[in-house]
Amino acid sequence: MTQISLTVDGTQVTDDVEPRMLLVQYLREKVGKTGTVIGCDTSNCGACTVHLDGRSVKSCNVLAVQADGHEVTTIEGLATGGELHPVQAAFRECHGLQCGFCTPGMIMQSVDLLNENPHPTEAEVRVGLEGNLCRCTGYHNIVRSVLYAAEHAGDAAAEAAEVGAS
Amino acid sequence: MTTTAERPAAEIGKDRRRKEDQRLITGRTRWTDNITLPGMLHLAMVRSPFAHATITSIDTSAAKGAPNVVGVFSGADFGDELGVCINAWPITPEQVTPTHSPMPADRVAFAGEIVAVVVARTAAEARDAAELVDVEYDELPAALDLKEAAADKVIAHPDSGTNKSALWVFDSGEAGTGGNVEEAIDKARADGIVIEREYRQQRLIPAFMEPRSVVVDPTGEQLTMWSATQIPHILRFALAATTGVPESKIRVVAPDVGGGFGGKLQATPEEWIAWAVARRIHKPVKYTETRSESLLSAHHGRDQWQRLTLAATKDGTVTGFKVDLLADLGAYVAIVGGGVPVLGAFMFNAIYKFPAYRFSCQTVLTNKTWTDAYRGAGRPEATYGIERIMDELAVAVGADPLEIRAKNWIRHEEFPFTTVAGLTYDSGNYEAATARAKEMFGYDALRAEQRQRRDAGDRVQLGIGISTFTEMCGLAPSRVLGTLDYGAGGWEHASVRMLATGKVEVVTGASAHGQGHETAFSQIVADRLGVPFDDVEVLHGDTQVAHKGLDTYGSRSLVVGGEALVRAADKVIEKAKPIAAHLLEADVDDVEFAAGTFSVKGTDQGRSIQEIALATFAAHDYPEGIEPNIDAESTYDPVNFSFPHGTHLCAMEVDTETGQSTMRKYVACDDIGNIINPLIVSGQVHGGLVQGIAQALWEEAVYDDSGTLVSGSFVDYLLPTAADTISFDIDHTTSPSTTNSLGTKGVGEAGTIASTPAVVNAIVDAIRHHGVDDVQMPCTPARVWQAINSAGSGAATQAAAMPHFDEGEAGASSTEGAQA
Repeated sequence: MTQISLTVDGTQVTDDVEPRMLLVQYLREKVGKTGTVIGCDTSNCGACTVHLDGRSVKSCNVLAVQADGHEVTTIEGLATGGELHPVQAAFRECHGLQCGFCTPGMIMQSVDLLNENPHPTEAEVRVGLEGNLCRCTGYHNIVRSVLYAAEHAGDAAAEAAEVGAS
Repeated sequence: MTTTAERPAAEIGKDRRRKEDQRLITGRTRWTDNITLPGMLHLAMVRSPFAHATITSIDTSAAKGAPNVVGVFSGADFGDELGVCINAWPITPEQVTPTHSPMPADRVAFAGEIVAVVVARTAAEARDAAELVDVEYDELPAALDLKEAAADKVIAHPDSGTNKSALWVFDSGEAGTGGNVEEAIDKARADGIVIEREYRQQRLIPAFMEPRSVVVDPTGEQLTMWSATQIPHILRFALAATTGVPESKIRVVAPDVGGGFGGKLQATPEEWIAWAVARRIHKPVKYTETRSESLLSAHHGRDQWQRLTLAATKDGTVTGFKVDLLADLGAYVAIVGGGVPVLGAFMFNAIYKFPAYRFSCQTVLTNKTWTDAYRGAGRPEATYGIERIMDELAVAVGADPLEIRAKNWIRHEEFPFTTVAGLTYDSGNYEAATARAKEMFGYDALRAEQRQRRDAGDRVQLGIGISTFTEMCGLAPSRVLGTLDYGAGGWEHASVRMLATGKVEVVTGASAHGQGHETAFSQIVADRLGVPFDDVEVLHGDTQVAHKGLDTYGSRSLVVGGEALVRAADKVIEKAKPIAAHLLEADVDDVEFAAGTFSVKGTDQGRSIQEIALATFAAHDYPEGIEPNIDAESTYDPVNFSFPHGTHLCAMEVDTETGQSTMRKYVACDDIGNIINPLIVSGQVHGGLVQGIAQALWEEAVYDDSGTLVSGSFVDYLLPTAADTISFDIDHTTSPSTTNSLGTKGVGEAGTIASTPAVVNAIVDAIRHHGVDDVQMPCTPARVWQAINSAGSGAATQAAAMPHFDEGEAGASSTEGAQA
């Protein structure tokens, strides 16, 4: 067992973990962050995507011990002060989810994509989400959600409040 | 009374954002794998690496000694308490149905079959210990190739003596619904056109995003199973029927379920084993599959050979259609199993007026993963067959493929129309949907561009694919299911409970897993009862809450479950009316209900239905002779299916030097009757389209020569990504269904049913001038290139679906049908 200390969604946590434990297992089983899910064994699906120090990672591809001393944000820590993150609001507005299983990873990846490229083209969004699989939406409305979030980035806070209330 | 002025805007037809989303976008989800109970233990399965083998010994001693292992069980450790996996639809009385033990003790019949289960304190420890279970096998020859299995060369279940499970036949001449197809074919051979084709429906994997998971809690008086399933009610019945636990002692919950597409319409060995282990050790247990286990052992879909014979006059009027199917059941007859291709029997004639029709389907057992429903279930196969061959007829006649279709389809003024397969189509307007699709597509301009590119000999050729589909939705009238020997009915149940605070609880027996029932059903009830959308709460997926239901599949939730809801809501109004009249001191006959308010004719007196709910709860003042209760329920058994249809047009660009196909444009104009929520409908169409397109272009479950699934991970089984797909142009025409009061038709499977032939028709259309009349699915670049360069069917591309294997390597020639 190795002791690790890290910040998860703004809260400092310390645990003893097996060196082989994956970050996603740690988040789900030890920290109770079950909003982050596991969809495959081969790092293809991206359902487990979280942010590690502000950049998206597939948390099935990171060992828990590698997160020692770092800051992790999951889908559960994305909304602040009771307000949806603009990308969360956009997914709701544009029907960018159906069963919702890929959604945590899809949203975390989309946030990272927009951080890197605030005004992407449709093609750039599609390539940027290539590592995240969805079986329900056919991606059409996911792509629309990301473009919508980009378009409304300026009035993000107001938009989120409005959408959240509708 | 000014009820009309106060009437809230109609909810039906509004693009309401979904109620479900708030929790799903914030991670406040309850997937089965998220459930943790005190003292809960974890299961890991030991699976057979062989497709067919006898089990000679199972040594569990090392596993039992591993850290924190609580128990290791094999089939021999359980008796009848293990139960069996059921087939609910024996399609013929003589059907050969091998007994399907969840964990056989003597012989395995496919690679991935469970032979032992390890119980440990953590999932990781269970998996570690599963590696230590030592199983000895004597390998047996395996029946793998569908056609060879149909010839009984190797027997999948030796005791049966044959792989032929059932032969199901429909003949319009015998049924009295049409003429004799052989006569039509003979006549066409003499003085008309006969088109004969054999098409392959490759094996697919539903590949829902949430791996299956099951938790069983045996503590308490009722045993509870949470499962990532589409069918909690059917599971409850099947557990009771096969494991000896009284139905009244069983509660099944489908919490948040991450997609299904038919793939979670099953009674699985994993569920039955978890049930048996929990009962044995008296502790809660959880089993969550890995993705590899999911691809290996959750049921697959499609997997047919289709031999088609179309007879027509020289001008392209179809005179007869004959369909001979071989359908691969895999190792066992699954819960619907052989019924899936039979659902296609009524759809091969599609939107056309064929005078003679014959359908036969031979279901075949093999030593591969079992097959069952996958989005569309029988109708995509049928639609593919007919829509591909209608294009071939157009070529034979030398006419535009849309003209050939129009020559043969049912005209809008002919509805209701009884087809040669014996079904009565409720409504439709193929002309209108096609006209709209052509307009959106820019059909004539694209045809002109195609001609220009062909004349110029461009390297990249343009092809236009058409699919004018119909399907049957709303499974199903119970009496019809009875005549087909299906093991259950097709009704649906709903109840509407009026709470004291004015909130409305709607309980439905449909069990959503991404469809948005909570939103769409709220809209229906809000309109019916005249209450605010946000005051309606939809409950489902728990047999203790929704005690009665037949769950979600076959595009049935809205057309069957929605109608049950309407009827329950109408009963609430009827029950509330005498109470309202009493409180308004009026005669019942003078009370009207509109927009949520009971009012007395000719006065401005009124009480809202929510006020009546509170008054009924208090029960201080209500009429003599009735109960103080306005809650109501309804069980609706549909009288007919509904028949949505649509025209899909697809433009594919094919690089004739590399075989690479690129989708340029896709237009879908679907007529699904009245629409409750256009936003949800658009999502269903988009997602359905991509699943159908994926069958055409990318997906195939591939086995090697020894029966090992080589596409057993997402590295090998090619689910499309955002980068592989395009945005779609969709629209609707509206011919309200006449079989339910909402006029809805069902949309869950439409996109998948329609899109596969549209894409393949487009690819073939792009390269037909190279002498190509077919490309086998998935139409990989290798197959397309081969088709162009061999001027044949493009089938002889070995290993096309497993590009990471070198040709000649083990398994490279196993892509079923590739040698044909």
